[in-house]
Amino acid sequence: MENYDVAVVGAGVTGAAVTRRLSAYRLSVVLLERECDVSFGVSKANSGIIHAGFHHSPSTLKARLEVRGNLMYDALQSELHFPFRRCGIIVAAFSVEEMKIVERLYAQGIENGAIGIELCSRARMISLEPKLNPDVVGGLHAPSGGIVEPYRFVFSLVESALKNGAALKTEFEVVEAKHEKGSFYRIRSRSGEEVTARWVVNAAGLHADEVSRIFGAEEYRIVPRKGEEFLMERNAMCYTNKVVFPVPSPNSKGMLVIPTVEGTTMVGPTAVEVEDKEDLRTTEENFEKVFYSARRLIPAVSERDIITSFAGLRPTLEGDDFYIDLSKETPRFVQAAGIQSPGLTAAPAVAEYIKDLLKKGGLELIEKPGYDPEIPEVKRLRELSMFEVDELIGKDPDYGEIVCRCESVSEAEIKAAIRRGHTTLDGIKFYTRAGMGRCQGGFCTYKTLKILARETGKPWSEVTRRGGGSYITRKQIGDFAVHSIGSASESAGKTASKKQRGTAQ
Amino acid sequence: MTERIVDAVVVGGGSAGLAAAAEIARRGYQVAVVERELSLGGILNQCIHNGFGLHYFKEELTGPEYAQRFIELTREEDGIEFHLDTAVLEAEENADHKIVYAISKHHGVTKFICNAIVLAMGCRERNRGNIGIPGTRPSGIFTAGLAQRLVNIDGYIPGREVVIVGSGDIGLIMARRMSWIGAKVHAVVEIQPYPSGLTRNIAQCLNDFDIPLYLSHVVSEIHGKDRVEAVSITPIEDHHPDPAKTFRIPCDTLLLSVGLVPDNEVANKLGVEINPETNGAYVDARLMTNRPGVFVCGNVLHVHDLVDFVTEESTRCGGFVSDYLAGGGRDEAQYRVSPGANVKYVLPNFYAPGRENIFYLRPMIVKNRAELLVTLDGEQIMKKRFPHVQPSEMMSFRLGPANLRGVRPELANVVEVSVG
Repeated sequence: MENYDVAVVGAGVTGAAVTRRLSAYRLSVVLLERECDVSFGVSKANSGIIHAGFHHSPSTLKARLEVRGNLMYDALQSELHFPFRRCGIIVAAFSVEEMKIVERLYAQGIENGAIGIELCSRARMISLEPKLNPDVVGGLHAPSGGIVEPYRFVFSLVESALKNGAALKTEFEVVEAKHEKGSFYRIRSRSGEEVTARWVVNAAGLHADEVSRIFGAEEYRIVPRKGEEFLMERNAMCYTNKVVFPVPSPNSKGMLVIPTVEGTTMVGPTAVEVEDKEDLRTTEENFEKVFYSARRLIPAVSERDIITSFAGLRPTLEGDDFYIDLSKETPRFVQAAGIQSPGLTAAPAVAEYIKDLLKKGGLELIEKPGYDPEIPEVKRLRELSMFEVDELIGKDPDYGEIVCRCESVSEAEIKAAIRRGHTTLDGIKFYTRAGMGRCQGGFCTYKTLKILARETGKPWSEVTRRGGGSYITRKQIGDFAVHSIGSASESAGKTASKKQRGTAQ
Repeated sequence: MTERIVDAVVVGGGSAGLAAAAEIARRGYQVAVVERELSLGGILNQCIHNGFGLHYFKEELTGPEYAQRFIELTREEDGIEFHLDTAVLEAEENADHKIVYAISKHHGVTKFICNAIVLAMGCRERNRGNIGIPGTRPSGIFTAGLAQRLVNIDGYIPGREVVIVGSGDIGLIMARRMSWIGAKVHAVVEIQPYPSGLTRNIAQCLNDFDIPLYLSHVVSEIHGKDRVEAVSITPIEDHHPDPAKTFRIPCDTLLLSVGLVPDNEVANKLGVEINPETNGAYVDARLMTNRPGVFVCGNVLHVHDLVDFVTEESTRCGGFVSDYLAGGGRDEAQYRVSPGANVKYVLPNFYAPGRENIFYLRPMIVKNRAELLVTLDGEQIMKKRFPHVQPSEMMSFRLGPANLRGVRPELANVVEVSVG
């Protein structure tokens, strides 16, 4: 059995940031994730906004950590090379009443310490964002706001943590935990694997309430709040300079228009409370809602440009603030629950905050001499000049083999993803963008399958989209008995099982 | 970085690129064909069914056989060089020449310097996001072309219990193909009240295999967490889905055959103006785009239903490119062609009154004993009868100097094409 000083439950952005932060100390840390890859829960499907610190009341922990987290992104980017841009955020008001709410947001932002925040006239709004609906009456500009590719951020954090000695266990769904005498927890996964840890950080997102219960800590309830988003192709006319927000409602920041770092545009999200923590269905009605709202902000938003839609779930907690604290029910257990928006923005500050809580709780933190905050940068074909590409192919010919034509992803990048443990189609997609463009994998899926099978030594039948039963293709030609005409099933392929023959007759 | 100086670069070595390149070389020019795959022929290579070439060769060929005919044709010409496994990344125009950058594993970046570019990249398939099918996002949803590739080239079966969305030709062909390899195709679901594929494919691919075709139905929801488990199907009555009549078909695989879209990435890099109706470029009477010296043909111009027409159009395009390289055709008078009643589009978007012009158009209606009506500034100049028209079958006609005697330099000379 493996014994650790700290187990972090949940490899979303919170868990990943905490694990990386702790990897700077002389501690053995393990990151436990129920899915087959990191960032496959809440952190995969969200708007990717780095918020600017004006949406939340100064009395909340959220507001403090949001402003602090925002400021930490530049340094993190230079160490971890994830796509991030401080493009600025605007909030557009379309009536005098809405403008009053904007003024309140401004006052709140000033109090929170949001940098550079300003109130804007109609003319200033339009000069900041020329694609804005000309009916705008004014608004707010927060230049410190930005956009990030959330899964890439998590991948980088985890890569950095692993480089500094942390361990990662995927497909480790915590189902049981016992507090043992020697003052450690014995933690068991669904598949029966066990680890022990002296300290536990609960960053289990949607499942934080279940994990809390398993450890005998506080009782609370996480309610999933679903958000549907639509992704528009990179040539779409609606690509804006700024992230464009409407004036918020009491329980949501509203549906926005987001120019992603990678050049696509995202519109959404909706905000609907659901029962099921796995309910990621998209619906027809929400499509209409999102587009109505997005067009009110940016009239150039067109459904012609949609390449895909998806849904994500926010782990909401009563009271709507982050719940980050040492447990009062069980020792050496830190709760990090209810981390929904602005959880991504706050993540680096949340990690810092949790590190301090652990210290306060008695965990000894001694800096590790060999800690290296940097990870190597993987060159991306689409970001290079022709001269750079030519030179790179000379060093690594795999850069000359295009796998995904829509997003210009080379075989070298696919291999880099696989070498970092992203061995599902979705994992590779989120690491490289292969399959994320206009054709949504129509052209590149078979190429990625081939490379995956070759590099991992697995047969095609074991490659999945995102673990579990999400197989792509299990059978080869000849495996099925052919239906219908008389004796056709007799001459079917040699590997057809008896059972299949039975059903064919 | 390697430099190659040629007269023309053809982007894409499928049916369109090969035909254009063969013609350009036959006319004595040096042409480079840049193909991203390891072999020529494009999508024809995975179309192992027959039915190709009935118009052009008066024979029934398979896709690879049809491609082979053209590969052999290009071999007869000295002026063609092929760059396989090579992908075009960038293209730009300079004052007196054009540059195409392509990359390959073995040669790094190749910089082609040329006077003309032919865009022949073909099309891509519309996917789930484009048609917005609600529901979960499990594995097991394939575009029909991807499924065709997996089955016919790689030898893998996407799934066993299949529902197909859309009655486009690839979907119909795949319904038959999946049946042949032992899968059960439970339904082909088409939103329109008529099939969107060729009539012969409905007969040969569905009727012969007892596969039900649900016209005026939609897949209203996809079910399943990891892998597709079922789909909900809802009939459309009086132009609206009737949720009360929704039924469910259990299946593990959903194939989408919901249309093709010209894949214009390289065209966008060159600033080529795109027609939102076809998603292909606007072209003049010589199949040239708004960028002088940049020509387009085949499915990247508009989606054809028969490869024979791609060949015809692309050979003609190769001729125009050759004229351009010879310095000809630049001052030819051209006038606008516009779609009239019941016509989705007509191509090319211009005509030249002094010579023969070939047009392709797509009707918007289904009708027996239909008429094609062509007017010049409102005056009828041609009437042509068709026994049957439908949107899935492209129509064609020609206009020559005899039809265009009424063209006067001082008039607008708009040709309008209608179907009724």
